[in-house]
Amino acid sequence: MGDIVSLVTKRLALGLLTLFVVSILIFFAVELLPGDIAEAVLGQSATPETVAALREQMGLNQPAVIRYLHWLAGAVTGDFGTSLVSGERVSAAIGPRFLNTLFLATYAAVIAVPFAIILGVIVALWRNTAFDRVANVLTLTSISSPEFFLGYVLILYLAVRTNAFPAIASLQPGMSFIEILHRTFLPALTLVLVVTAHMMRMTRAAIINLLSSPYIEMARLKGAPAWKVITHHALPNAWAPIINVVALNLAYLITGVVLVEVVFVYPGVGQLLVDAVSKRDFPVVQACCLIFAATFILLNLLADVGAILTNPRLRHPK
Amino acid sequence: MSKGSDQQLIDRIAQEARLGRVSRREFMSWTMAAGLTASTASGLWTTKAHAETPKRGGTFRWGVHDGNTSDTHDPGTYVTRQMIFLAHQYRSYLTMINPDNSLGPDLATEWSASPDATEWTFKLHEKATFGKSGNNVKAKDVVASLNHHRGEKTTSAAKALLTDVTDVKADGDYTVVISLARGIADLPWLMTDYHLAICPANDDGTIDWKSGDGCGPYKIDSGQFGVSWALSRNDGWHGEGAYFDKVEMIVLNDPNARQTALVTGDVDCISLVELKTLSLLERNPNIKVDNVPSGAAITMPMFCDTAPFDNVDVRTALKLAMDRDEIVEKIAFGAATKGNDFHLSPVQPYWPDDIPQHEYDPDKAKSLLKKAGAENLSVSLSTADSVFSGAVDMCVLYAEQAKKAGINIKVVREPNDGYYSDVWLKKPFTAVSWGARPTPDVMFTLAYSKDAAWNESHWKNPKFNELLLQAKSELDDAKRAEMYREMCLLMHDDGGTIIPFFNNFVYARRSNVMHGESVAASWACDGARAPSRWWFNS
Repeated sequence: MGDIVSLVTKRLALGLLTLFVVSILIFFAVELLPGDIAEAVLGQSATPETVAALREQMGLNQPAVIRYLHWLAGAVTGDFGTSLVSGERVSAAIGPRFLNTLFLATYAAVIAVPFAIILGVIVALWRNTAFDRVANVLTLTSISSPEFFLGYVLILYLAVRTNAFPAIASLQPGMSFIEILHRTFLPALTLVLVVTAHMMRMTRAAIINLLSSPYIEMARLKGAPAWKVITHHALPNAWAPIINVVALNLAYLITGVVLVEVVFVYPGVGQLLVDAVSKRDFPVVQACCLIFAATFILLNLLADVGAILTNPRLRHPK
Repeated sequence: MSKGSDQQLIDRIAQEARLGRVSRREFMSWTMAAGLTASTASGLWTTKAHAETPKRGGTFRWGVHDGNTSDTHDPGTYVTRQMIFLAHQYRSYLTMINPDNSLGPDLATEWSASPDATEWTFKLHEKATFGKSGNNVKAKDVVASLNHHRGEKTTSAAKALLTDVTDVKADGDYTVVISLARGIADLPWLMTDYHLAICPANDDGTIDWKSGDGCGPYKIDSGQFGVSWALSRNDGWHGEGAYFDKVEMIVLNDPNARQTALVTGDVDCISLVELKTLSLLERNPNIKVDNVPSGAAITMPMFCDTAPFDNVDVRTALKLAMDRDEIVEKIAFGAATKGNDFHLSPVQPYWPDDIPQHEYDPDKAKSLLKKAGAENLSVSLSTADSVFSGAVDMCVLYAEQAKKAGINIKVVREPNDGYYSDVWLKKPFTAVSWGARPTPDVMFTLAYSKDAAWNESHWKNPKFNELLLQAKSELDDAKRAEMYREMCLLMHDDGGTIIPFFNNFVYARRSNVMHGESVAASWACDGARAPSRWWFNS
């Protein structure tokens, strides 16, 4: 176990370094955008005087590097500052939205991960049959369609034509858990359709790859039934690539859902990021992007740890 | 028969119809006998005769566009439609635009000016109360609210509107006196500007905008910027209406999400309809579409001090080289009012109805160019997708139309980001989208007076500028109307701005949502006041 702990520590330290580089990139990318926050806030009514007054109030007259260092000094102590536009604490602005995003991602993952892996095992078992082909064609079609298109198709059939689910997933305070599940079903289903193909095909490929190994032949010869060969003999050796793909898709569920949020009017962190970029609200953009970057770093780390834990050979390197 | 007595007759027939004494068939034949066309009569049956008395109750779910997470309650920086719509629910103004587009009282019950229009006195409604605190609205609140937009340090977008205000003071609890550096006859109209919302005053003379308290028809129960708002009726409201018990405002930025929500009945009204699918939506029997002409204009300013636009014949040729009918039909899908190259729309005060329309006339444009010695004119026109939906298409279509007049227009597609800081006012020929301003004076001063920062066409006509100053303080309405007519004529004949069209407000509601005979054209959804003016037909 000792080497896992040292791996995790090393990777976390590297992750922090990555976050630092990301924060620099984001700050200067926002600086490069034409126009500035004062103009964006005042819109068409911006006169030079009011823009100047607003810039002064927001502290935009300081040089960019100084503003970045100010922010960094706060961020190191866990204070991500206040939104330049609304004056609200960044943590207060992002907190509830990020919980919403996590909820939707969890909802989709709880359906998608078991569904994709079980489906992957089944199509590996029945490979090259009609079922395999149909499952492949359907999942590949859904992954090839843009999310907003899938969303619109689901809205058309499940909301407009049949009225089975609401077309917009706006959450109101005081909704029961069942009600929330019902309201957010269509966006969750859209995400399930988007991520299933990748995980299913990786499961299928990993298992089929192993099925030609001699030890599987041995298992068959000793008379084990086909499903047992897969679940007991093939699957344990296939976990590493599957876990990697699952982690990648989980990260996508959190960071890549902006379009789904827009189509279903779901108040997640993606929409917040888009709004903040359009206003050049740097502290909010920075915090959102760092959350996304941290998500990727952590899930990748988890995938590596998971791969090591499921493969005894990696745990005892010679 | 005179026009007046005709109207009386129609009103009487409508009255009978309301009481159920005449059938639709009788109504149609009588009103047509009184001189109406069949379609007008039919429309009248649904609006006038069938109009019901408003009923109270229900929750009005309102899907609105253009909401941003980073909006705030600060009235000085209201900029998105979400905040403009919300502001008219939880806050009040001194005056308001009535459904028939006249000026009416809101918090102020009456107002009067000194003879030179440099001092205005507003009397406040004594019953008005703030929804959350329950406090009475006093003159000190109004003074603080107006001062929020004045002074050196203010960051308010309405600062320019109040530059001529020298002092705002309370005279007792219910009278406010506004002193001006020079006469402004329009001051009561200016008070309808969406920034000038009345907020509770702090003891130090600033306003408390952070709490989100206001004296409008509804009060905020809960909500999040850029997401949704839950409001309930403010029982201490001073006005009439507010028929709904509760109002739910949901920000629906995506056009498709908005329309789907209306079709599936998740909302009762949406504030903007995608014009491309307008005809499909109109076929749905559960939905009614309101298509209301507005004062919001699309303009194409040309720098009058830059060749070749410094020649009035070239400018007129470019105006005549545009087929506005085709542009209204193909770009605005019919939901627009043709422009006539002066920046005043038929729904705004002082609109002159006798200025000849600039029609598409490539031959005349050609001969004007010949006269100017500018045959085979070639110009660049800057535009971007973000100006309005269809802006690039409009410019390409215009370029095609102008070819017939021998004009070669090169359409330059600029980046969306920073269009108004890097292209507008910098390039000599651009496409621009303007929100409506309450009066011609505000609009002309802002973008057509010689020293204006936003004089987008660099047009400096001495006669126009002289009239503009005169009209500002003229309290005689007939004289002012004549001055504005003359100014419009100058813009039409000499000005440097082509105005292809004025956008309509196009919004839609479920068919059980009712409104009065006419709706205000200052903002979408009955001047942004749908929740306080409309009702459910049970």
